[in-house]
Amino acid sequence: MNTKRRTFLKSAGAASTVAVAVAAGLIKPTEVMAAEWNKAAFEAKGVPDALKGIGVANPAADSRDILIKAPDIAENGAVVPVEVTSKLAGTTSIAILVEKNANPLTADFDFSNGAEGYVSTRIKMGQTSNVRVVVKAGGKSYTAVKEVKVTIGGCGG
Amino acid sequence: MAEPMRIRATMAGDAADIKVLMNHPMETGNRKDAKTGKLVPAHFIQTVHAEVNGKTVLEAQWSQAVSKNPFLGFKVKGAKAGNKVTISWADNLGEKNSAVAVVA
Repeated sequence: MNTKRRTFLKSAGAASTVAVAVAAGLIKPTEVMAAEWNKAAFEAKGVPDALKGIGVANPAADSRDILIKAPDIAENGAVVPVEVTSKLAGTTSIAILVEKNANPLTADFDFSNGAEGYVSTRIKMGQTSNVRVVVKAGGKSYTAVKEVKVTIGGCGG
Repeated sequence: MAEPMRIRATMAGDAADIKVLMNHPMETGNRKDAKTGKLVPAHFIQTVHAEVNGKTVLEAQWSQAVSKNPFLGFKVKGAKAGNKVTISWADNLGEKNSAVAVVA
């Protein structure tokens, strides 16, 4: 018997099971999507494309309710601590972009079930650049920037 | 591969303060090996998933520009001492790791 044909039929069956589950509402499409890495957005070369990739089509409004805590001068671009606090009600996601990195989008965080609009992490910066934060709250997008001067780059080398 | 991950979860007011330290090289794919002069292939965490008592609280997607041995800090309102925190990640080479801690 043709074993390849068997496996093909099996995998096709498995795939349709997922489709049926989605159709039946057992799995929400967003949950399926969430598990997958947003390749287009992360591999985008510029800020506009990266933003488009994460679903921010219109220019986001500047907001003073987004606080970015990052050093003014980072001696080592390989480890730049960044802390973002969003005071916007109903914050659902925070994205961090380093405008002058080859691929600006660095991290995207989605919150649910009581997680606050706060995230702290460490990022790499190739050179002095604006660190842009885009927050989604109540279906709208807001943004804020902070410049970080880098004395030794953290990409390549 | 999968080195241990460290999680510290403590109550701060009405929210749990969760700090995670992962072990991962986070190679950008742009760095050259000092000896061979060849590019070190990209190897970085792409997705991070956090749960408190089985409920998803945070879904993160990362690029190669998150620092080596990544640190992640976040806060969860409504969590209580004794709640179980589960963190898991997956990288671009299909490696996975997860760890569990209890909110203190």
